[in-house]
Amino acid sequence: MEDDAPVIYGLEFQARALTAQTAETESIRFLVGTQSLKYDNQIHIVDFDDENNIINKNVLLHQVGEIWHLSASPADKSVLTTCYSKTSDSKVVTCAAIWRMPKELESGNHESPDDSSSNPQTLELLCHLDNTAHGNMACVLWEPMGDGKRLISLADNHLQLWDLQESSSKAVISSSATLEGKGQLKLTSGRWSPHHNCTQVATANDTAIRGWDIRSMSQIYCIENAHGQLVRDLDFNPNKQYYLASCGDDCKVKFWDVRNINEPVKSLEDHSHWVWSVRYNNSHDQLVLTGSSDSRVILSNMVSISSEPFGHLVDEDDLSDQEDNHQDKRKEPLQDSIIATYEEHEDSVYAVEWSSADPWLFASLSYDGRLVINRVPRALKYQILL
Amino acid sequence: MSAVTDPDPDCPGSDPARKRRAHGMLKLYYGINEEGKPGEKCDPLDPCDINGARFEPEVYLNKLRKDSSLAELMDQETGMVKQIRSLDSDMQTLVYENYNKFISATDTIRKMKNDFKKMEDEMDCLAANMAAITEFSARISGTLQGQHQQITKLSGVHTLLRKLQFLFELPSRLNQCVAMEAFPQAVTYYTKARSVLHQYQNMPSFQGIQNDCQNIMAQLAQKLREKFSDGVSSSSELSECVELLLRLDEPAEELCDKFLSHAQCRLEEELAGLEAELGAGPHQQTLPTASSSSTDILEFIDKGCNNFVSSLCLVIASYQELFITSVPGMSVSTRLQDGELASRDVPRMASGKLVEFVDGLCGRYFSVVEQRIREEKGVGDNSLLVRALDRFHRRLQAVSKVLPGSGVPARGTEIVVGAARGRVQQYLAGLKSFYLDSLTDVRQALSAPRLPGKEAPSLAEVLGGLSSAVLTQVKSVLAYMHLFTAKDVSFASKAYFKGEFCSQAVREGLVVGFIQFICQSSQQFCESVGERGAPSTPPSLLLLLSRLCLDYESSTISYILTLADEQFLGQDQSPLTPVSVLCAQAREVAQRLLNHYVKLQGLIVSQMLRKSVETRDWINTIEPAMCAMKRVVEDTTAIGVQVGLLYEEGVRKAQSSDSSKRTFSVYSSRQQPRYAPSYTPSLSDALVCRPQRSMDTNLLSNIQKLFSERIDIFSTVEFNKVSVLTGIIKISLKTLLECVRLRSFGRFGLQQIQVDCHYLQLYLWRFVSDENVVHSLLDEIVGSAAHRCLDPAPMEQSVIEVICERG
Repeated sequence: MEDDAPVIYGLEFQARALTAQTAETESIRFLVGTQSLKYDNQIHIVDFDDENNIINKNVLLHQVGEIWHLSASPADKSVLTTCYSKTSDSKVVTCAAIWRMPKELESGNHESPDDSSSNPQTLELLCHLDNTAHGNMACVLWEPMGDGKRLISLADNHLQLWDLQESSSKAVISSSATLEGKGQLKLTSGRWSPHHNCTQVATANDTAIRGWDIRSMSQIYCIENAHGQLVRDLDFNPNKQYYLASCGDDCKVKFWDVRNINEPVKSLEDHSHWVWSVRYNNSHDQLVLTGSSDSRVILSNMVSISSEPFGHLVDEDDLSDQEDNHQDKRKEPLQDSIIATYEEHEDSVYAVEWSSADPWLFASLSYDGRLVINRVPRALKYQILL
Repeated sequence: MSAVTDPDPDCPGSDPARKRRAHGMLKLYYGINEEGKPGEKCDPLDPCDINGARFEPEVYLNKLRKDSSLAELMDQETGMVKQIRSLDSDMQTLVYENYNKFISATDTIRKMKNDFKKMEDEMDCLAANMAAITEFSARISGTLQGQHQQITKLSGVHTLLRKLQFLFELPSRLNQCVAMEAFPQAVTYYTKARSVLHQYQNMPSFQGIQNDCQNIMAQLAQKLREKFSDGVSSSSELSECVELLLRLDEPAEELCDKFLSHAQCRLEEELAGLEAELGAGPHQQTLPTASSSSTDILEFIDKGCNNFVSSLCLVIASYQELFITSVPGMSVSTRLQDGELASRDVPRMASGKLVEFVDGLCGRYFSVVEQRIREEKGVGDNSLLVRALDRFHRRLQAVSKVLPGSGVPARGTEIVVGAARGRVQQYLAGLKSFYLDSLTDVRQALSAPRLPGKEAPSLAEVLGGLSSAVLTQVKSVLAYMHLFTAKDVSFASKAYFKGEFCSQAVREGLVVGFIQFICQSSQQFCESVGERGAPSTPPSLLLLLSRLCLDYESSTISYILTLADEQFLGQDQSPLTPVSVLCAQAREVAQRLLNHYVKLQGLIVSQMLRKSVETRDWINTIEPAMCAMKRVVEDTTAIGVQVGLLYEEGVRKAQSSDSSKRTFSVYSSRQQPRYAPSYTPSLSDALVCRPQRSMDTNLLSNIQKLFSERIDIFSTVEFNKVSVLTGIIKISLKTLLECVRLRSFGRFGLQQIQVDCHYLQLYLWRFVSDENVVHSLLDEIVGSAAHRCLDPAPMEQSVIEVICERG
């Protein structure tokens, strides 16, 4: 069973920010934000034509500064937020803003990819998330599956909940929480849980993971020393409400049940350097994707702690060419394993994302501006589906 | 008749022929017809045969006349005359000879006739006498018959009377015996009379006697019982009592019970003594001063054996004699009264009771012994224990001789086996704690503040001390365990000690268990990650343990196992853990420890680097005047020294000999074709024509990376100094790279990075196996910093060199 070769797309600039266009469920589309101190930064809208295996891109100028974080509205395809740094008075400040992309681009433009790259269009600024009082923005999180009206920003040691008003042109802080403690606490990343009516958020600062209830803006749990070193990223299991994955500088990926924070449920150590990004597949939560600065992307099959722990039973008379596979499956319980290690990158991989349209497809972005689109191996896909 | 007819005197056969003829004549005379022996050709019926029976003179004469000439006739005639003459003389001789015989025979017959007549008369006389005697005798016996019957009767009455007298005297005699305490005599008397009394009990007088006797005997039995239950009496007295009571048909079961309960009392006293001692033992041990006075286990077991086990054997022996072996006789006597069924079950019942009794007591005894053995916790010399167990086991063999079917010896062996197992466990625990204690000592030695003037022990010395201490301990434990299988120990020949003990308990349980424990406990140091940069384990300990495990892998494990296998030649077929598995395990642990060491040291250096990068304001920094990376180089050098104490140097990739002279320009110019975005040239590219060239440089860098080896940052290291340091340096530099990429730089920030990288380049190359790794990482750092620089104006190479040389 031949798997399609990965599709590689190169950006001219270095890049760290990657997101899927969350509201888009028809076509496969990723947004990539570049990092350049000297030139106008860009947001590349990368469309992937699954049938023809072709990439179409559109470039939007993002002139305010280099992009550290990107996230797309879950409700409106054209709305996105960026966290960007700008230099003023020989100081670097990181801000966040909400943008709208031009109408004709929001659902992709397959006709004239060449023209659009030469004539980049500009983003329309909807509003700034004013953070002058709170420090550098680390990331902005949209309410999952929400109506695109609420988002959370992490700035230094502050957690702020914003309400968007007047069709996103005005952002008001509705509540906020501050992380207190000795030393300079800095929230590095966060994730908004899709469970519990979207009332919980998890954040990472240094080696700790904290859970917050955004109704009261109070901390509900704290996993001290979740990782030996800095925690880089988090993700919630989309199907199991208490399960959380985290990754960090100790090269480990850990899976937590937040009801019992003393021990991770599972810990993987497959990468040989810091793990920068971890993502659960949106539909099949046994598929976990991780990207690391060892330039590798690893797709793992975490059956034992997924919501489909036993997989699906396969009919005996089904698919004779997969007989071997199935027999193995039937014999022993499914084992957690690495499905594949993708080595198309040559520089540190800082972001990995699943497509919002095709659950079997994902993109990874390395610092040298290389975006690689890959698919889950077909054998595994059928094994999960059938 | 040719001979006769042949008158030739010259004929040689003439003389025998004559004899024959004379003989034939005698035959004729006696009427014997000699048949079949006639003349040769001639017919016996030939009438011409002169000797034949049918001789007819007429025919003979006629024939003779016809056939013969005259001369012949003449000859014939003379021959005939001669023959006749000789025949006559023969006849005369015969008659003469026989005549005397006839005369004497006639005389004899005549004499006999006379003698017989006389004898006949005497015989007649005898017959007459005999008849008379018979008549007399018949008459006498007829008269005597009546009196004889009377006499027989009388003598019967006499014996009966004597018996009766005995019976009548019996009560008084019995009384006398009882008074004299001659119990056996009394019992003998009674048993003699008992059956008679029983038979005639329907007669009033006998009944009286019987009642009297029974009363007396009841008293006697009572006395015996009293004596029996009286604790003072000796066991021989006891057995006598029991024997008597048995003969008195006391119910055997009750007696068994009593006997046993009595014995039990005494045995329990002894057990209680043992228990008291056991109870006293630990109390005394709690007092440090009195600890020496508590009895050791050998003494204790000795006491148990001498008192309890030997009395038990005695009891068993006497019991068996009384109730089991002597029972057939008893059953004969009781058969009359109780019937066969009841008596037949006696031995079985008795032995059943005995087994129960012995089991019960031994159970208690064993629990006491087990408790005592359990108190033997010392991990030192166990020769006393082995000797004690040996004695214990030996004495129980005696029990098994007395009581073959008993499960007691088996239980005893079980206890010995259990004790041996317990010892193995204790020794294992002892070894473990010894090891952990040594580790703690090592830790303290490593982390102790260095006293001025006093040289701290080097890692190698500490390692040597640790491994030799552990090895000595293992050896001594093996020696202790070996005592269990010594030839002179009675239980060493048991199957358990020959097989399972050697292979499973000692080899697998103790030796392999300990080695695995070392591996596991070492491995735990890898798992307890030093959270938040504060390592719980000193890195040098990791290094030391790693070396220890490696030494184990290379030699110690096989040495210890060979030692164990030689000392304990088990005959067990159960699978053993092969040396290779343990070695692989040890090697794996060594590897993990070393990897962990690298990670930990790398982490320490990286933390330092990260702090320095994160806390500095790179945009507004001042012009670089000195290098900020001294600490890194110093720490790395220190680590190098540390590792060098335990691990060999390792192989370094062949490089130009002049590496130290390699300058900054070297790795910009030299590296340039290899890695395009490296800093100087690509920097200018980035400055001037980035939009046009960026794709090219990216492409170029990607192509370059395709050909250069991917650097695994946290990768497995080899067991040598160079590899370890390479790992640490890789981790540190990669951290520096990632940190640099997260910051923005001003002009002087970039220059500072340049200076730092050059400094690192100058000093780090010597530690690593492949300096290209350092070069490419440093290139990337400088390149990244240049990319992240707001105002990229690189420093002159010469200035950098000057600054670095200044230090």
